[in-house]
Amino acid sequence: MFKKRKGLVKTVRYFISALLLAVILSALLFHPLNILMYPDLPFLNILKRGMSIILLSAFFCLFRVLRGPNAADRIVGMDMLGILIVGICALLSISTKRSWYMDIGIAWALQSFISTLAFAKFLEGKDFDE
Amino acid sequence: MNNIIGVIFITLGLAFDLIGCLGLFRFPDVYNRLQASTKCVTFGTCNILFGTFLVLGFNAAGIKCLLALIFLLFSSPTSSHALARAAHKSGEKLCEGSVGNEYK
Repeated sequence: MFKKRKGLVKTVRYFISALLLAVILSALLFHPLNILMYPDLPFLNILKRGMSIILLSAFFCLFRVLRGPNAADRIVGMDMLGILIVGICALLSISTKRSWYMDIGIAWALQSFISTLAFAKFLEGKDFDE
Repeated sequence: MNNIIGVIFITLGLAFDLIGCLGLFRFPDVYNRLQASTKCVTFGTCNILFGTFLVLGFNAAGIKCLLALIFLLFSSPTSSHALARAAHKSGEKLCEGSVGNEYK
């Protein structure tokens, strides 16, 4: 009974990771961010490939969040994902010529820093008001 | 000229990001993953922000990029240090081929 249930959990986990892989690969192939870009910008190809590379790195971080053996691995993956999002906000701020994308980046960096400190203190076993 | 130098900085930062996340994907231990990923991803994202500042110039967005760079350069090693200390105190084990443990 227990063995059968464990096999079902493993099957569900493989299905979720295959779905994630399909979503990331389709986002790499079809470039849904094409609408947001100005077509007369110089070095547009490098910016497109850069977004693809950051999405691939984010897939590695998501894999580590999904299949880390312990809690600390998952927290490391979330921290790295928060730093990568600041980079993709900077690239979007170049390619769309809007200045408020960097507001999102600054707010995301601050929130990620505070959440990582709170998770570390929780993992250490202390209370939050120390 | 500023555009070319900025795009060179952005390409360097993208390479560092990809290599750091590959280290996060492949290494066997929590401490190895922290060691590989934190420094590479922080340096890569700071390069991307500095290249963005060089491309955009002294706009509102460029000044915001410099602010995010300074904040990220101070905050990311702090969070990594706190996370490693918490992982060691909560009883994470080292991997099998590790040489020594100085922090006890």
